[in-house]
Amino acid sequence: MSQPAMPPLLASLLDAPLPPSGIDWLDQVRREQRAAFAAGGLPDTRMEAWKYTALRALAQRRFASGDAAAQTHAVDTAALVLPGIAGPRLVFVNGAFRADLSRLDALPTGLVLQPLSQALQGDAEPLRFALSRQAREPGDAFARINAASAGDGVVLRVAAGAKITAPVQLVFVGAAAAVDLAWHARSVIELGEGAELSLIEQHVASGEQMHLATLVSAIELREGARLHATVLQHAAIGASLIRRSQLRLQARAHATVHVLELGGALVRHDLQAELVGDGARLDTRGVFMPHGRQHVDTQLAIRHQALNTASSSIWRGVASDRARGVFRGAIVVAPGADGSDASLSNKNLLLSPGAEIDTKPELEIHADEVKAAHGATVGQLDERALFYLRSRGLPLAEARALLTAAFCRAVLDDLPNEPLRDHLATLLLAQLPDT
Amino acid sequence: MSMLTIDNLHARVAGKEILKGLSLSVSAGEVHAIMGPNGAGKSTLGNVLCGRDGYEVTAGTVTYNGIDLLALEPEARAAAGVFLAFQYPVEIPGVNNTYFLRAALNAQRKARGEQQLDSMQFLKLVREKLKVMQISDELLHRAVNEGFSGGEKKRNEIFQMAVLEPQLAILDETDSGLDIDALKQVAQGVNALRSPARAFLMITHYQRLLDYVVPDVVHVLADGRIVESGDKSLALKLEAQGYAGHAAGAAA
Repeated sequence: MSQPAMPPLLASLLDAPLPPSGIDWLDQVRREQRAAFAAGGLPDTRMEAWKYTALRALAQRRFASGDAAAQTHAVDTAALVLPGIAGPRLVFVNGAFRADLSRLDALPTGLVLQPLSQALQGDAEPLRFALSRQAREPGDAFARINAASAGDGVVLRVAAGAKITAPVQLVFVGAAAAVDLAWHARSVIELGEGAELSLIEQHVASGEQMHLATLVSAIELREGARLHATVLQHAAIGASLIRRSQLRLQARAHATVHVLELGGALVRHDLQAELVGDGARLDTRGVFMPHGRQHVDTQLAIRHQALNTASSSIWRGVASDRARGVFRGAIVVAPGADGSDASLSNKNLLLSPGAEIDTKPELEIHADEVKAAHGATVGQLDERALFYLRSRGLPLAEARALLTAAFCRAVLDDLPNEPLRDHLATLLLAQLPDT
Repeated sequence: MSMLTIDNLHARVAGKEILKGLSLSVSAGEVHAIMGPNGAGKSTLGNVLCGRDGYEVTAGTVTYNGIDLLALEPEARAAAGVFLAFQYPVEIPGVNNTYFLRAALNAQRKARGEQQLDSMQFLKLVREKLKVMQISDELLHRAVNEGFSGGEKKRNEIFQMAVLEPQLAILDETDSGLDIDALKQVAQGVNALRSPARAFLMITHYQRLLDYVVPDVVHVLADGRIVESGDKSLALKLEAQGYAGHAAGAAA
């Protein structure tokens, strides 16, 4: 049987030279992952995890690797700034670290924050475990090419007991370039025992472009660590962005993750968490709000693997025009994770007849004395409420905006940083269609 | 001259004719009560006047201050001074009552070309109205009607009316589901808003609200038409005799 021709996407990504590291084990991992990517190919819609996200159009495109101008693109720093946030900042433009845009002076005691490219020039051994992690699932194509090709990214460590009060910003900028680029970044984040960190991950656009970016983040919380993470995805409207966040929580660690998906043409986020220590807790909150022809797919997978672990997830989707939203929330309570508590709510709103949202909550329980609740809905704005608001004088567009914002409110309610919360609420409103 | 003139109004809901040639005239300063049996078309009249979707006007005219009211979107009717106190006020989780009311007032003011109120000015207005309405400001901090008791919802409608200061207020069975204390409070609120410049259309099934808000004119609505009009004594007669003589149930 003859081999089918390799899709242009695959061929162009494989054309990219592996980033030179000079570290034997890392070079070895990269070669293996590249080979696995070449052999495994792209996932298709027959795979459960990719059922609603077809890559046919993306597969036909070609992306160049390496942006010679990555260090010199002018970037409006206003795009990086968030109200009330003035802490350390690591900025990447088209995948390359930009010292001139970053803020790494006077880091607080207990915080290590540096680009991966620099960390690898020093003692790379502490990164070996995180960077050697193999992507084995059949749908892992992008994790593989990321492991092979990501030459830069983030290394962030918080020492045991250190409480980092000022939020740390990780900013990934997609900048306009002569060609469509593919770039890959890798984050390795570790919070030591009892450490505390607020983290903001931003994806922003500097000019119109249609790049493909992948980001794989490994986030480890040791005993009693506390993480507040906020992801603000506001990539260019033509960009393709494929992210995987892997969290691992030790005993009594507590992570809260807020995600706002606003930008991008094709957006995929795999948010995977393992609660491996007794009493670990994860709260996830998210809104995806595609409009135009955007396609935004969130795959949430939470594994309760220890006693008395808890997770709560509240996600809202709002789709308008001909946009498509996809949400899959899979929660597994593994054998032995007795006394666990898992809840998941995904409610969705369709603002246009041509919009679509596919949602699938999944719950698997293999332990005892587990509390679990999950639910998903897809609906439209309440006509009675709309008329009520209009009868009081609110124009239709304003009434729709008010109801939509209220619909999303549950997601932002428990975000502790008030200026950030207000800012995100404003961004949500700005995303609403005018009709 | 009359503020509201309804002439030969015919309206359908879900293909079924409910209003069958209703005519009515209301002048500024007057309180009109519309009474009638269930199914006569009382709530349909309120909804048609406020522009709710699904109510199709097939004939007749509604003239409000010289303009064709039926040609306006619901929000434009509100800005023009028409207010409907709902029979079943809608709960809107996640929308703060105060925020909503300020947005509504400012949207109306904007549509009328008036200056919008900032939050301080609005708060001052709200405090004045709260005093007049004798309701607690705790209602303000909650989501619109969410978890309100039946009485609280109706009082909130009257409070909104007080803040929005309409010229024509339509009260759709505002007395239904209220105990006597709540009824008195609502009536007191309505009475406080009576003025020579304002007209009320009170739609009700029972006479008891009219003990507290005394109407200038009482109409009997039956089978989609006004079949009898009179002064407040008509309401007492209806209370004693029922709607039996007025084609009750013909449109039920």
